[in-house]
Order: sequence, then structure tokens, then C-alpha cells
Amino acid sequence: MLLNQFLLLGAFLFSTGVYGVLVRKHTVLVLMSIELMLAAVNINLVAFGAANHTVAGQVFALFVLTIAAAEVGIGLAIVLLIYRNLRTADLDDLELLKD
Amino acid sequence: MWFLDNAWLVPLIPALSFAVILLFGKRLPRKGSEVGIAAVGASFVLSVGAAIQWINHLRNADGASALGALGRAVGRLSAEGPAVEPITRATTWFESGTFKLSAGIQIDGLAVMMMFVVTLISLLVHIYSSEYMRGDVRYTHYYAALSLFTASMLLLVVADNTLLMLIGWELVGLCSFMLIGHWWEEKPNSDAALKAFLTTRTGDIGLLTGVVMTFFIVQRYTGHGSFNIVALNDAASSGKVSHTLIMWCALALLLGIMGKSGQFPLHTWLPDAMAGPTPVSALIHAATMVVAGVYLGARLYPVFWNGLSIGTPGHGAWNAMAIIGGITVLVGATLAFVQDDIKKVLAYSTISQLGYMTMALGVGAWTAAVFHLFTHAFFKADLFLGAGSVSHSGSHHSFDMKKDMGGLRKVMPQTFWTFVIGSLALAGIFPLAGFWSKDEILVNAGRHGYTAFVVVGLLGALLTAAYMTRCIYLTFFGEYRGGHAHADDGAHGHVVDAHESADAHGHGGPHESNWVLTMPLWVLTALAVVTGLLNYPTWHRFETWFQPRVHFVEAPAVPFNPILAIVSVAIALTGIGVAWAFYSGRLRALHDLSVRNAVARVGKMILVNKYYLDWLYTDVIVGGIKGPIAAGAYWVNQHIIDNVLNFTGRGARAVGRFTYDYIDQKGVDGVINGIATVTGEAGGETQKIQTGRLQFYALLLVLAVGLFAAALWIFT
Repeated sequence: MLLNQFLLLGAFLFSTGVYGVLVRKHTVLVLMSIELMLAAVNINLVAFGAANHTVAGQVFALFVLTIAAAEVGIGLAIVLLIYRNLRTADLDDLELLKD
Repeated sequence: MWFLDNAWLVPLIPALSFAVILLFGKRLPRKGSEVGIAAVGASFVLSVGAAIQWINHLRNADGASALGALGRAVGRLSAEGPAVEPITRATTWFESGTFKLSAGIQIDGLAVMMMFVVTLISLLVHIYSSEYMRGDVRYTHYYAALSLFTASMLLLVVADNTLLMLIGWELVGLCSFMLIGHWWEEKPNSDAALKAFLTTRTGDIGLLTGVVMTFFIVQRYTGHGSFNIVALNDAASSGKVSHTLIMWCALALLLGIMGKSGQFPLHTWLPDAMAGPTPVSALIHAATMVVAGVYLGARLYPVFWNGLSIGTPGHGAWNAMAIIGGITVLVGATLAFVQDDIKKVLAYSTISQLGYMTMALGVGAWTAAVFHLFTHAFFKADLFLGAGSVSHSGSHHSFDMKKDMGGLRKVMPQTFWTFVIGSLALAGIFPLAGFWSKDEILVNAGRHGYTAFVVVGLLGALLTAAYMTRCIYLTFFGEYRGGHAHADDGAHGHVVDAHESADAHGHGGPHESNWVLTMPLWVLTALAVVTGLLNYPTWHRFETWFQPRVHFVEAPAVPFNPILAIVSVAIALTGIGVAWAFYSGRLRALHDLSVRNAVARVGKMILVNKYYLDWLYTDVIVGGIKGPIAAGAYWVNQHIIDNVLNFTGRGARAVGRFTYDYIDQKGVDGVINGIATVTGEAGGETQKIQTGRLQFYALLLVLAVGLFAAALWIFT
């Protein structure tokens, strides 16, 4: 049963995503990294679902896809508004959370 | 059986008509009114079909049984014929686990009767409105709301479970809100709409609680809970469910009835609801909104019967339902005397008549209550539409009897005669409809041991006859007082403006309304004359057709009592005579009594102020929470609590001085200051983590999750 290979792929993707979220400076790239993490989760869900002979994993993966799409839509809209208001989308310059 | 099986179409058609009018109404040649009239007309035809089939259904059942044949042989088909199950159809509404909720229809005599009344009155109101509301600013919207109103009431009528009834009930409330506030540009109108909504909502708290309790009553009996009405009635009359539970359920539902059916002390919204267009008042007061409460009481009667022990009156013979109804009869009737607004007289009259119905339910006279609902619907709709006709063509859209009416008898003969017949029916004059139904209530109250309520009923009959005489005298007799032109049209300015531009016949003076307005009046008058005969003492068709024969309580049938009937008619005639003598000037001694006599003055002041109930609600309850209670609390605080505190304080100070010097300054302060220093420094250190840098937060998050994952891995 090909389970470990999928899990390894998922782990690799997830780590890449975490790395991207932590070090990339552009907000859009951070968003893309989050998508990578979600994709990794999806791979795990489908892999476990197949291994356990249940469709639940695939169903969840579909839900995750839907939510991810919505999240990207909202996220990009927020990034766009931030850029419009502050003329920058660089995370190093955004320190409003401090206040 | 097609009509009975497909009775779900009856509420569905007006509901669809609501959507169609709302979406396309403005583009239609007659602005949506044709859709509304056609839809309600179709519902009416279906209801008539259902009624005929139901009667045939009963006849077949009776014919097939020996008991029925025997019943016919003795000339009286009693309601205790063979059991006839209600026609039910249901579909699954939703399922969650093992809990399944179904939605469906339950068609029996009561539902068939109500369907007929609601669709008939609604149809007439729809037709009447096409003339009355012509040229109104929100004509299309008005028809849409009217359709939804009818649909919601019909949903409430055909529903087979209490939850579905609740939905219909709330929709009715919503529509009444929209229609009472139809001319919302004026503050009093939108206030009245809000008042109606909020007051009935107060009662709805009880209804909601009661509906939840019905679920558990059924659960106690059958093992699994359900909102189904048949199951509920079975459970309530089984005697196997705790009496206390049923009693609380009945009381909670009674609160709902009080709110919706304008029972004392929640009746105050009903006269204010006159702010809506007159056809709406007719619909609200005759067939839909306010009788919803009585219908609920009739539908779930076993709950009340057993919960309030109606069948076995204890010492003194009273119960909450009868008391509420009895008080409402008298409160409504007395308040009707001091109103100058013709619609408000009718509104208080409705309150009083609804009191009769609730009282009848309370004294165990189910058939009488439903019968009174049935007859009242016709003559009250007749009176309201008559009042609308008067204001439309006779008094320049005013409803003030003292200022703008009088002497209209000659110019508006059709309106006059229909109004008089409707009033006589309301006053219970033989042989009009109100006589039979009111009399049945009185007879039943007497027979079941509720003697006090017979007196209340007779007193109510006297007052009813008198205030209707006053109303007719002021409106139709004497001199015409509405000579001055459009001076005070403010209250209904919208119709006036629109009406005048659209009106070809102008407004030279009072004149008879055209046939669109008078036709419904005549139909309703005819019904007000004949419907009472449906339950003629030796014929009892109403009881045979409409009283449930299964899943119901057995209230003993009571024979007609000619003496009581004669007494009640005599009392009504006395009321008419005294009021007539007073207003036509033959009883001069009594005129201006309220100016000369202190007792009468106080009495009148109480009545004019509506027993101070509005004052109680808005100023004492609402205002009290806002102002006086706060002020009172402040006073208590300043004078009482402070004194106590000062006294305690002086004693405490001596102790405190000692404590301060030795324990506090030296011991406690040291500890406190130590803690403060540590906290401050820790805060200063941790502040450095709050960089505002998003990715730093993310890093902390990842590290924390990693730490927890590691801990989980190590320790398990």
C-alpha cells in the first residue's frame, strides 16, 4: 500500500508552505504558501481516506478546496486594499498589529 | 376526496400569488390586484369543494353505521356519530438522527370551516380593496401583503403539527405588522404597527414555550416526542400524562392566545391596529389575525380541557381561560362606549366578542365558541367594511363619528341597512346569526356550572346592544356634521390625494359607495342573517359537521334553553332602547351626567383612559424601567444605604486606623508592591515579543504547535 510516499509528499509540501509563510516578504507569496499547506493537508486526507477505504477523506478534501478558494478570494481582496491604502504589500512594513 | 386530499393547495396558491405580485405586480395592467383576487378566488373554490366533500364524507360514515341511522331516526344527528378520522397527509420536513419532523395537513371539520371563512372573507376584502385602495401609493405592495396574510392564516389552519402552526402564526403577525403600518410615513401608524407586533410577541413567548411542551407531552405518552396535533390531543386526553405538565402547557398556550386574540390585559394593541387601511381591519378582526388565538384554543382543546380541568369545575367554577375571557367581554364592551372613532368602537367590540369565544372555550362550550367565531366573522367583517364605506364616500375619509358623520342614513341607504343588520346580528337579536351563537355560549356556561359567566355574558349582551346603538345613531342619524371640507384629512392623506386624482365622481358631498364596495356588504349581511340557522336547536348541522369526533374530549351536548334566549334578547333590546332614548334626546336627565356627577365623571375618565392600561405599559412598565425605578434606586442608595454605610463606616474606621498603621502599611503593602513590581517587569519583558510583525507571530505559532506535538509524541 502506497501510504508513506503520500505522507512524505504531504509533509514536504507542508514544510515548504510553513517555510514560505515564515520567511517570504511579499504578502501574496505568503498567501500562496498557505495554499501549499492546504494542498498538503488535502493529500493527507485523500491518502488516509484511500487507505481506510472510506470516502470521508475525499469529502473533507472537497470541503477544504472550497474553503481555500473562498479564503484566497478574501485574502487577495484584503491584500489589495492594504496595498491601496498603505502603498505597500511588504510584510516587514506592516506593523499595525503592534498598536 | 380530491379537494380534501389536496387541501395543501389552499394556502399554497395565495403564497405563490404573493411572490408573483411582489415580482411582477407593478407591470400588470391592474397593478397586481387581479392576481390577488384570482388566487384567493381559487382558494375559495377549493375550500368550498373541501367543505362539500367533508360533509359528504361524514354522511357516508353515518350512513354506514347503525348509530348514524338511529341518529337520523330521532331527528338529531349528534356529534357523537361514528368516529371519522381527520384527513392527513404529511411529508418529511427534516430528519436529524432518529428525530424526524414531518410537515403536513390535517383536515377535519374545524379546518374545513376555517378555510371557508378565511378564504371567503379574504376574497371579499380583496375585491373591496380594489376600489377602496385605488390609486394608493403602495397599491401593489398592499395586495402582496394581503395575499401573504391569507396564505399564512390558511397555513395555520391546515397545519398538522404545532410547529407548523407556530410558523403560520408568526407569519400572520408579520403581515399584520406590514399592513397596519401600511401608511408608515405618519408616526402614529408605524407606532401602532410596532405596538401590535411587540404586544403579540409578548404572548408569543408563552406560545413558544407551550409548543415545546407539546413535544414532551407526546413524548411522555408514546415514548418518542412529536409535534403532531392528533398525537398531542390523544396524549392530553389519555389521562396518562402528568396533569401538572399539561396544565403548564395550557397556561403557556393561553398566554399566546391572549396576545394574539386581544384578551385582557394584552388587548391594547388591537384598537391601535385601526391605523391600517379599513379592509385590513376587517380582515384582521374577522377572519385572520385575531381569531388565530381562538382557533389554536379550539384545535388543541384537549390540552386546555384537561390542563385547566374545564370539564370538572371545582368550587366556585372558574378557570384561567374563562376568567380571562369574561374580563375581556366586559372591558371591551365598556371601552366601546367612549370612542369617537367608528373603527375603534368596532375594535373594542371585537375584543369583547373574542372574550366571548375564549370564555366559551373556558366553560367547556367548544362548539359554541367555534360557532361564535364563525358567525362573528361575517357580521364583524360586514361592520368594518360598512365603516370603510362610510368614510370612503360619506365623511371625507374621516372616522370620527362626532365630527364628520351623522345623518348619513338617507344618502347612503345601502351602507346604512347592511350596517344596521350587522349590528343587530352582533347584538344578538333573534333570528340573526349572533343570537344563536351567543345564546349557545350562555346556555353551555349555565349548564356546565359556570353560573357567574352567564351573568357576564348577559351583561356583555346589554352593553353590546347599547354601544352599537350609539354608534349607529352617531353615524347615520341626526344632522350631517361633516360639512367642512378636507380640513382634517391628515390621518389618511395618502388615499385622499391619490383617490381624488383618480376619482371621477368627485367629492361634492356624501354619497352612496359604488357597487364594488356595497356588493361585499350585501354578501356579508346575507351571511350574517342566515349562518346562525346552521345550528338551529333541532337541526345542529354546524355541530354535526364541524365538531371533531375522534382525538377529542366529550363535552356533553346541551339543549336549547328558550327562557335564557328570551332573557338575552330582552336584555339586548333594553340596551338598544336605553341607548336610543339617550342619544335621540329623550333621556335628557342623563345627559352630561359626567359633568354633573362625580362618580360618573371618574367612571368616564377611567374609560377614556382605557383603564389606564396603555399608561401602565408605556409609562409605568417601560418608563419605569428607564426613569423612576432608576431614580428610586438612587434615592434608596443616597438615603438608606449611605446611612447604613456611614454608621458602619465610623465603627470600621477605628478598626481600620489600627489595621492601616500596623498590618497594611508594613505587611500587606510590601507583598502588593512586590507583586506589582514583578508584574510590571514581566510585562515590560513580554512586550518585546509584541513586535507587530506577522511572521514572528506565525513563527511562535508553529513553534508552539511543534512543542505540543513533541509533547504528545513523548508522553503517549
